[in-house]
Amino acid sequence: MTMDSTAAGPRFDVDRSLLVARLRAVLPPDSLLAEEEDLRPYECDGLTAYRQLPLLVALPASEAEAQAVLRVCHELKAPVVPRGAATGLSGGAMPHRDGVVVSLARLKKILRIDPLSRTAVVQPGVRNLAVSEAAAPHGLYYAPDPSSQIACTIGGNVAENSGGVHCLKYGLTVHNVLRVRGLTVAGEIVEFGGAALDAPGLDLLALMNGSEGMLALITEVTVRLTPKPELAQVVLASFDDVTKAGNAVASIIAAGIIPAGLEMMDKKATHAVEPYVNAGYDMNAEAILLCESDGTPEEVAEEIGRMRAVLEESGAAEIRVSQSEAERLKFWAGRKAAFPAVGRITPDYLCMDGTIPRKNLARMLIAIAEMEGRYGLRCANVFHAGDGNLHPLIMYDANQPGQLEQATAFGAEILELSVALGGTITGEHGVGIEKIVQMCAQFTPQELDAFHRLKQAFDPDARLNPGKAIPTAARCREYRQTRGGFPDTPAADAPRF
Amino acid sequence: MTALLEQWAARVRAAAADRTPLRLRGGGSKDFYGEPPAGGTLAVLDTRAHAGIVAYEPTELVVTARCGTPLAELEAVLAERGQTLPFEPPHFGPGATVGGCVAAGLSGPRRAQAGALRDFVLGARLLDGRGELLAFGGQVMKNVAGYDVPRLLAGSLGTLGLIVEVSLKVLPFAVATRTLRFDMPQTQALATLNAWGGQPLPVSASAWSDGVLHVRLEGAAAAVDAATRKLGGETLAGQAAAAFWQSLREQTHPFFGGDAAIPLWRLSLPSVTPPLDLPGTPLIEWGGAQRWLRGGDATTVRAAAARAGGHATLFRGDARGNGVFQPLAPPLAQIHRRLKAAFDPHGVFNPGRMYPEF
Repeated sequence: MTMDSTAAGPRFDVDRSLLVARLRAVLPPDSLLAEEEDLRPYECDGLTAYRQLPLLVALPASEAEAQAVLRVCHELKAPVVPRGAATGLSGGAMPHRDGVVVSLARLKKILRIDPLSRTAVVQPGVRNLAVSEAAAPHGLYYAPDPSSQIACTIGGNVAENSGGVHCLKYGLTVHNVLRVRGLTVAGEIVEFGGAALDAPGLDLLALMNGSEGMLALITEVTVRLTPKPELAQVVLASFDDVTKAGNAVASIIAAGIIPAGLEMMDKKATHAVEPYVNAGYDMNAEAILLCESDGTPEEVAEEIGRMRAVLEESGAAEIRVSQSEAERLKFWAGRKAAFPAVGRITPDYLCMDGTIPRKNLARMLIAIAEMEGRYGLRCANVFHAGDGNLHPLIMYDANQPGQLEQATAFGAEILELSVALGGTITGEHGVGIEKIVQMCAQFTPQELDAFHRLKQAFDPDARLNPGKAIPTAARCREYRQTRGGFPDTPAADAPRF
Repeated sequence: MTALLEQWAARVRAAAADRTPLRLRGGGSKDFYGEPPAGGTLAVLDTRAHAGIVAYEPTELVVTARCGTPLAELEAVLAERGQTLPFEPPHFGPGATVGGCVAAGLSGPRRAQAGALRDFVLGARLLDGRGELLAFGGQVMKNVAGYDVPRLLAGSLGTLGLIVEVSLKVLPFAVATRTLRFDMPQTQALATLNAWGGQPLPVSASAWSDGVLHVRLEGAAAAVDAATRKLGGETLAGQAAAAFWQSLREQTHPFFGGDAAIPLWRLSLPSVTPPLDLPGTPLIEWGGAQRWLRGGDATTVRAAAARAGGHATLFRGDARGNGVFQPLAPPLAQIHRRLKAAFDPHGVFNPGRMYPEF
């Protein structure tokens, strides 16, 4: 997509040749990329519709090298864009044209696994799944499990406050990180949190989670490890009606059950997935639910019994319980492969990420079905139903004139409806550049100002990942004028959250 | 904005204009906690008038309440629907309010297993130092739109603004609970708690003092029974057990009593830290991660906590110029000062309550 000047962020006056010379002086020869063909692979992240070549890419292999890079950038007033595995779906790691992408891919050591204190100290470029693999011999694992966990890194997980399919019971990244060590934009070493359960002062650790690389550059993370449950079993329930499935989700919670995972897929999603992974889903179902229980064998048997009763009462057409670990993984494989499976049946897709109160799940699905007709595009729906987090996948073909614009408008309408239904535009993928305009629908100008001031407390010149996540006042004025209906100052006591 | 909030906003703007700071106060149950207000006696803004539960839908696992809502009232409403605040916040008196609870950021016995207060904060409305009413976060479980200001406010001691309303995640009560008692010296208790922590056991709270370890199990009935068979120990009667954990949560346990002039230190440490070489025997909670100590001088206690990778708070007692909270590293202190200025540029709210410098 061609970007307008506001989407590309503010301009910075950077002397490129001086910057190259200064960075060459502090980095090994293979750690600085400056040629266009070397920069090309860095032009986007998982949000491939938006691309921008960076000025340079630095690949530090240690915290000291990262610090040296930041100091040079600070002195020459060059913007810095941190980057992990670039699996992010909101353009948070999209480069800045005047800036240096600092890739943390080479900081990929697991520094320590301590089974007794149940913690792991890792560098930011360590993959999410690698932590669980390293902890497995001790009967421990790292609980947050985003679907991209094979590839995505811990640094990126912290930056986005990543979730996963088990976060209703085990929490998000913010609940599983004890300490973040990093560098300020000026290259000063800072530590947020610590080896204990809390730290003195304001909870800056909480602030780092989900800060989209805009407050500090992460160089080390201490994560909490969780004992692996003795047993996990998943119930696969089919419904002939999406409303029934949505209501079943609320009924499970109402029964006092907190499933280890509670996921929903609609017919379009299961039909995309089934030929791809043969998960064994019911092809006649309008929606399926995956509802997991874990714990001791006695506990799981008790809970599965309660889940089954609620699902039957909610009108499930068919209920199957995984009878082996292999079958459990097969049931989950379909859900975890949903994005690539949809990617197989359409040239392009946009993945939305709104969160709404659970009670509105069915209402949202009905609204999306209506939008499909209006925009002339198909949309498969995959939900983290347990926590109300939606991933509608809007299918389009970028080579058909106007389809990307239609898909973008479709997505914007879903996000705005998420806000109107009492939710948020993003549950776990981040705002990045993708949803920056919809921030104007969720927050007042005064709230956005507060975010800008908060960033300045860490980054006074706004050089760390500039132009992302928080829109400028001018951008929002433009948005409100074009959308109409959004007053400049919504009544402060209107129920907006 | 309601008339009351309009009135508060006007008061904040006037305080900013006149440079006359305000002391935010709910029921006053945690007046003892933190630094004394800087600059002598400040005008009090009493938050209790803005009270009541705004929204509560048990199937959403979220409750939204105004700052002045009595904490006891909130917990009673949740209990009617079989739900609770899993972090077991201490009240420290009948007057405790929801706003004060969040501003103090304290968690009780279940913290190590369930998470801290901040882990359950989903959204907040804040009256900032410009008199603007701002909403952050929301009422849903997952929300990464904008910086996580609601969690930043948890434990901020009212230094960033007046928390007007807060949304909290709630959870159902466990189906079954049992408390086990073991005679055990401190070193063995710490080793045992950390070993159990690495196993899939439903341990929801722990406490060691005076050679006795108490462990609370919570979960499905089958899981509690299985764990009881595995761990052994002596089962406490239900009522005695509940009273015991309540006495820790509210610090009515004899350990916290006696001469009020003897300082009470709270040490937050890596759970595996061996017994510290400090005078006196601690009371240990949170699987070894929270240790209470009576007496001891600030320099020695802080140095021991820092060496172990943790920090020490003078929870009750006179700081005598040594500071209530462990001093911050210079880059962090600078970020704190700037954050304070970002939310409260004229220093209206609770000056000096957390650190004397802001």
